[in-house]
Amino acid sequence: MEALNVKDLQVAYDRKAVLDQVELSIPKGSLTAIVGPNGAGKSTLIKAILGMLKRSSGQISILGKPYSPKNRNVGYVPQRGSVDWDFPTNALDVILMGRYGHIGWFKRPSKQDIALAKEALHKLGMADYADRQIRQLSGGQQQRVFLARALVQDAEVYFMDEPFVGVDAKTEKAIIDLLRELKQKGKTVIVVHHDLQTVPEYFDHTLLLNRTVIANGPTEQVFTEDLLQKTYGGALAFFSTNGDKRVMS
Amino acid sequence: MTYEGWILLTACLVGISCGMVGCFLIVRRMTMLADAISHSVLLGIVLAFLVANSLNGIYMLIGATVIGLVTTFAIQSLHNSGVQEDASIGIVFTTFFAIGVILISLFARDVHLDVEHALMGEIAFIPWNTYTVFGIEIPKATGMLLCITIFALLVILMFYKELKLTSFDAALAVTLGLPVALIHYLLMGLVSITAVGSFDAVGAVLVVSMLVVPGTCAYLLTDRLSVMLLYSCLFGAASAIFGYYGALWLDASISGSMSAAGGILFLLTWVFSPRYGLLRRYRAMITS
Ligand SMILES: Nc1ncnc2c1ncn2[C@@H]1O[C@H](COP(=O)(O)OP(=O)(O)OP(=O)(O)O)[C@@H](O)[C@H]1O
Ligand SMILES: [Mg+2]
Repeated sequence: MEALNVKDLQVAYDRKAVLDQVELSIPKGSLTAIVGPNGAGKSTLIKAILGMLKRSSGQISILGKPYSPKNRNVGYVPQRGSVDWDFPTNALDVILMGRYGHIGWFKRPSKQDIALAKEALHKLGMADYADRQIRQLSGGQQQRVFLARALVQDAEVYFMDEPFVGVDAKTEKAIIDLLRELKQKGKTVIVVHHDLQTVPEYFDHTLLLNRTVIANGPTEQVFTEDLLQKTYGGALAFFSTNGDKRVMS
Repeated sequence: MTYEGWILLTACLVGISCGMVGCFLIVRRMTMLADAISHSVLLGIVLAFLVANSLNGIYMLIGATVIGLVTTFAIQSLHNSGVQEDASIGIVFTTFFAIGVILISLFARDVHLDVEHALMGEIAFIPWNTYTVFGIEIPKATGMLLCITIFALLVILMFYKELKLTSFDAALAVTLGLPVALIHYLLMGLVSITAVGSFDAVGAVLVVSMLVVPGTCAYLLTDRLSVMLLYSCLFGAASAIFGYYGALWLDASISGSMSAAGGILFLLTWVFSPRYGLLRRYRAMITS
């Protein structure tokens, strides 16, 4: 089954099309990378799919049904720069917000919601930081909080905008372990990813994007020098070390 | 109750209602909208007076809420069509305010609606204008403010989660299926009725300070939104009380002293706040 299917998607800011004729489908249970240069429209694609931006055209279905927030089957981790770090809230509180969809109107988070949030915090090695205001966390810790929040949303399809940016090797390992665990549970994880070197290692499905879909398929078929050059407009330098192909963007 | 008691109660209600609602404007970084709404609300009051031909509080509330929402909507529309946000705010509220001023000078010159009153308010007159509810004689403005404060409190309690999430992360709110735009306008409606309720007491200029200053003080003292709301109400009430006695002592304008008291409280918090105060940061700099 398909986790995500997008047909004829067009998105424009101020009438200028940023994404055009986007058609893609992503298999259920995959770990998918969205790859493309800065300004390619990766964040825009996720926001348009999830209805945070108006689409000029396009149909979105998630797990075979037209996308609706009411189905509560998607989770979202925002790009770092879009978070208000000065908001009066702490780590545990942010994670609890992931439960708001399950709690319903006029009700407060239950003991069970709080227990779930604490468990997620613990799982990401953040148990000691529950009361920290979010600006006073390090970049990696902030990223973990938002991942924990996505976890407690208990979704089927996760969208994550650059979860690996600004984290050290240890956090990166923790995050990828978590993504693999989600995959094992049959969840689908779609990740905007900038580090081309780790794409083949981490992801089994890849979407190359630059204003439109350049290629979309299993990583070993899509992640080729040719298609990458096409995606990045020839601005990539390839060089080999020890027979390994390495990529610099 | 005594004359003084009514004034203090009214002033505290202004501080509490504005303090509560203002917190959400602060965490949404929309304090400029407080300025806009509190000024254009004047137009709503005048229009309500011209249409209903009465100074009844209910008509004013309706008129002000409608104009408050129209203001928010007009600013949003201008901004969406490519005008910078602060410029949109400036254009919309000055225009609405100006229309209000012109309408007053044309049609409402003789009634209890004059521009100076609208700008500065006059809390000292409030206890003279009363009605009787359940056998108690209470000032009209105080009664209205009491209803508004209770209403604002109920709305915030009922929709606390939603108001908080849409303020912090509208994107997540959208994916969870919350009606983000509706909640935004609900908040703007609250700002409008709070502004009009406080109008009589403190006027348009000082409503802004009541909406912004207590919340800003509270923000310096806590990392929890719920605690910030509570502190903000306390700061609002405190500046009202200190302001009143300051005015007596100096023989100055009551509403002016209330704002000034808010300013002084802010200065003190800003310097001495144990979390984000100047002194604490200074000490942290020295020890590091
Ligand atoms: N709010 C906006 N208004 C107008 N144009 C925008 C807006 N947001 C993004 N854009 C433009 O849309 C294009 C795609 O932006 P988007 O943020 O989706 O890129 P991205 O692929 O996520 O880039 P990055 O790797 O830097 O995160 C860019 O050219 C950008 O300038
Ligand atoms: Mg992006």
